[in-house]
Amino acid sequence: MNTPHKPQGLPVVAVVIGALFFLGLLGLMLHGVMRSGDADRDVLPSALIGKPAPEFVLPVLHDPSVQMGSAELRGAPYVLNVWGSWCVACREEHPVLTRFAETRRVRVVGYNWKDEPEDALRWLEQFGNPFFVVLADYEGRYVLDWGVAGAPETFLVDGAGVVRWKHTGPLTEQVVAERLLPALEQVERGR
Amino acid sequence: MSAMAARAPCLLLAAALALAQAPAALAQAAGDQAPPGFRDAAEETRFHALTSELRCVMCQNQSLADSNAQIAQDMRREVLALMRQGRSDAQIKQHLVERYGEFVLYRPRVDRHTWLLWFGPGLVLLGGAAVVWSIVRRRAQAAPAREDDDPPEQEW
Repeated sequence: MNTPHKPQGLPVVAVVIGALFFLGLLGLMLHGVMRSGDADRDVLPSALIGKPAPEFVLPVLHDPSVQMGSAELRGAPYVLNVWGSWCVACREEHPVLTRFAETRRVRVVGYNWKDEPEDALRWLEQFGNPFFVVLADYEGRYVLDWGVAGAPETFLVDGAGVVRWKHTGPLTEQVVAERLLPALEQVERGR
Repeated sequence: MSAMAARAPCLLLAAALALAQAPAALAQAAGDQAPPGFRDAAEETRFHALTSELRCVMCQNQSLADSNAQIAQDMRREVLALMRQGRSDAQIKQHLVERYGEFVLYRPRVDRHTWLLWFGPGLVLLGGAAVVWSIVRRRAQAAPAREDDDPPEQEW
């Protein structure tokens, strides 16, 4: 070879771009591996946070002649827990919810979704009723307004009626301690 | 459909979830997939077109039209009710986006959160094209010089 041309091979730019691309891919996969442990990795962010809670009026489970809703609950913060006797994960979170409700720091309102009243009442008798009041949405009239995907879901609404926090899936001690309580503290301080 | 009727399939689903040991086994009542009664063919066509563009929020890889989860059934009912109130497709989508976020749309709108999703692949393609173009141009510049001193014989 008598040609004085440049040595063959990939230009530096291509190598650098390739390396960056590879590192990026590696980072993405690492991120995926880290997240795979999260129980709530499929949970959608709520569109309602920071927005007024939907207006609703529902019969009280224990006395259907009484109607209650967003208007009556306004004025102080409350936690709204969407559940049903048909919901297995609700039973799982019930002890946690009960322990939280028993601190009496905030009203915990039960939102009984698509449930036969007698089933719901039996469920509460069996597992205990920690709720301030249970409202029954037999037809699922307002769940769409709340952006509910499946029970259990838990919302924190402040005194002005604004949704401040939401959890999809069963509550755990960790979720209560690390997410609900700090959010509640913030709500209480803001009042 | 009554909640009573929803219980049996739900128990099955719950059992399946428990077996799969899903970390966040959200219970979900399953319901029948029977289409609501349509007034005419046009309404049915529009309903199917609309619901196939909306995502079921419970089972995220199914469209609203395909899913038989309880919430999807409720959402279909709501979509039909909104259609009959005379809302446009865009208004119905907006109605659901306000409640469930952009995620319910299979074809998300272009805004500051989604521009990378929309244009990312194009940008990567453009980047690749630029790299290829620069390499080709560099070789083309080097080639004529070589041809002069390196007559016909091949180098391999």
